[in-house]
Amino acid sequence: MIELFGYQPETWLPFVFAGLMGASILLYVILDGYDLGVGILTPLAGDDGERDMMVASIGPFWDANETWLVLAVGLLLVAFPAAHGLILTTLYLPVFVMLIGLILRGVSFEFRVKARAKYKALWNRLFFAGSLMTALSQGFMLGLYVMGLEFTLGTFLFAVLCALALTMGYAFIGATWLILKGEGALQRRAVRWAKECIWGLAVGIAAISLASPLVSPRIWEKWFAFPDVLWLLPLPVVSLALLALLWRSFAHLPAEGDRWAWAPFTAALGLFTLAFAGLAYSFFPYVVPERLTIFEAASAPESLLIILVGACFVVPSILGYTALAYWVFRGKARGLRYD
Amino acid sequence: MMDTLILSRIQFAANISFHILFPTITIALGWFLLFFKLRFNWTGDLKWMEAYRFWVKIFALSFAMGVVSGITMSFQFGTNWPGFMETVGNIAGPLLAYEVMTAFFLEAVFIGIMLFGFSRVPGWLHTLATFLVAFGTTMSTFWIIVLNSWMHTPQGFEMIDGVAHATDWWAIIFNPSMPYRLAHMLLASGLTVAFLIAGIAAFRYILGDRKETVRSQIRSGLTFAAILIPIQIFAGDMHGLNTLEYQPAKVAAMEGNWETGPNTPLVLFALPNEETRSNDVEIAIPNLASIILTHSPDGVVPGLNDFVAEDGTVLHPPVDKVFWSFRVMVGTGMAMLLLSWASLAFLWRRAEDGRRFAIRRLPKPLLWALVPMAGSGWVATLAGWYTTEIGRQPWLVHGVMTTEMAVADVPAPMVLSTLLGYLAIYAALLFAYIGVVLYLAVKARHGEPLTELTPSSSGAMVDAITREDRGAAILPAE
Repeated sequence: MIELFGYQPETWLPFVFAGLMGASILLYVILDGYDLGVGILTPLAGDDGERDMMVASIGPFWDANETWLVLAVGLLLVAFPAAHGLILTTLYLPVFVMLIGLILRGVSFEFRVKARAKYKALWNRLFFAGSLMTALSQGFMLGLYVMGLEFTLGTFLFAVLCALALTMGYAFIGATWLILKGEGALQRRAVRWAKECIWGLAVGIAAISLASPLVSPRIWEKWFAFPDVLWLLPLPVVSLALLALLWRSFAHLPAEGDRWAWAPFTAALGLFTLAFAGLAYSFFPYVVPERLTIFEAASAPESLLIILVGACFVVPSILGYTALAYWVFRGKARGLRYD
Repeated sequence: MMDTLILSRIQFAANISFHILFPTITIALGWFLLFFKLRFNWTGDLKWMEAYRFWVKIFALSFAMGVVSGITMSFQFGTNWPGFMETVGNIAGPLLAYEVMTAFFLEAVFIGIMLFGFSRVPGWLHTLATFLVAFGTTMSTFWIIVLNSWMHTPQGFEMIDGVAHATDWWAIIFNPSMPYRLAHMLLASGLTVAFLIAGIAAFRYILGDRKETVRSQIRSGLTFAAILIPIQIFAGDMHGLNTLEYQPAKVAAMEGNWETGPNTPLVLFALPNEETRSNDVEIAIPNLASIILTHSPDGVVPGLNDFVAEDGTVLHPPVDKVFWSFRVMVGTGMAMLLLSWASLAFLWRRAEDGRRFAIRRLPKPLLWALVPMAGSGWVATLAGWYTTEIGRQPWLVHGVMTTEMAVADVPAPMVLSTLLGYLAIYAALLFAYIGVVLYLAVKARHGEPLTELTPSSSGAMVDAITREDRGAAILPAE
């Protein structure tokens, strides 16, 4: 088997796969995050036409966005089968809620425009409910995960806080997406939504940043040992700077000639990425917090290698045609038509 | 109170039964859409574009149903069957990963362009997107069937400390039953869609929708059905012989045959009884099972009693379920054969005006019979899957691990509550799905035929004049 920088495959393969899985989760949270967020915001639309436009802004993308979740859980299952079973059986009920949410959200896209017109309002509500259930359950799972997958009253309450925070976070990134893709009244409304939701995101990031070192001495040690803390300082500093910038930008948006409409979404990308990097740094090398490391949970090297070989060819093409799709549907959202 | 194992099995069975309905449609419907698009590209006849636009809506709806229920399945490996991945994850994992990487993303990205990109991209790119979506669904089928076949006829691995390790990927992918299963499934999808198209179009025709596109859809559906069904019967027979070689207990259950021996009759109808280990009632044709399975009247056919261990442990699948599912599948297949060939024979007859394939020459009862047959593919596919999957019991991976070994240690009430949740939502969605498909068919009746498609300056096709589905467009035109 192949050595990499002097490391045996048993060491570098789990590392690479943890990286790939992390990347998929991050891409999922950002991409499905914005479309779930748009779903959560749909009841606030000014009228039915505006709601249609909001759905149209994510229509061509949501399916591919959701696929990153399939890849992430697929990689967990493939690369770390022992952790996969442990995590998913522990999270049995929230996973169920998420799946029902994903089902409702996914089919509502189709039913709301194909069923009899009188049912459209019902499917709109189910679309909102599905997006909300998905976001809440994912936040709940994140909270429990941070708490080491233990069920107590305290961890439950923390998980509820995370559920609310992630939902607000998704609504926030969804609003920034609408600033980018929307026009007129919808765009103005989106600026207001982003301004109202950013607090949820900030509270969530702060809660997790404070709670995880308090729960785990190991994480405390990783973050606050000298001189590592100097290397890590940019993470919170840049996050705060981005928050401040975002906050200021809302006063000036939407700007004349649609200038800077891309800025909030880009800043939101940055915030999500930084928060994710912080989490990843805290938990590495554990895949089940404090119980199972990526090296202990990893599959056989020969199985991982065969996936990696394929991934080297396939992942660039995936990125390529995803870029094509975003290019085809570039610019402001337009009504979706089959013709 | 039922235990976690049986509840988890029911839950998984419910999930896979619901899920498979939609890939069964999308796999072949993708290729049918490409067929419609190419016919349009070559002939310029707008009836093919109308067919494309009608069926692409049903494709989108089926695709969404398939995606969301498929995600549910992938999570259930972890929530309900963690033992599966822990034991054979080294083999199942890469196969599933390849499915996601080579198929899922392809479909998920290009379906956006296929559905909504018609007026945004050049015509060739839209045709290419249609092709790539069809190709993606087929790739997805390939990887899933590879894994499923491997669970029936595993090879190319060794067990180390109770965990399967791959030794030969070629042997794993091209395992003995894979070609037969893949062919059987792809043909099943083709037949399902052929009858769906013919059946829904017949429904529209009966409602009074006599547009050219409706006639063409009836003809296309029936022609494909008539071509595919004999091929399917042949492929199914080959698959049966393969199963006889690798899973004789399953074949014994399918045949309702208890004792191993020569001159085995073909049991047409029976009530298998596992208590008495015999058939309570039986109508059989002497020697026919031996002839079909071994091509010789005195060929030896395995019986179920060979699969009972010394201590009385039963190592064969539940007989009545396999026996009956198999008969439902074969019966539906026979109905498909009869109906499609009879219809085609009527259409083929040369009339005095010299026109062939005139739908009005189809007898009314045949036209009416096509309507319920729109769902025949679902019945046959489900019955076929029950035959093969229940037929694998008590094994999850044949000879490697039993189903019992994989189940999660989750409290039974929790599984029961999620099971009820899934059943409720699946029932509601199925109801909504069938309702919408019928509604789209009824609504299409009121649409005017397409009269013009004009190319825009960018070379993209923009329909400027008539829109047969103004009401169905996601947004009214600005």
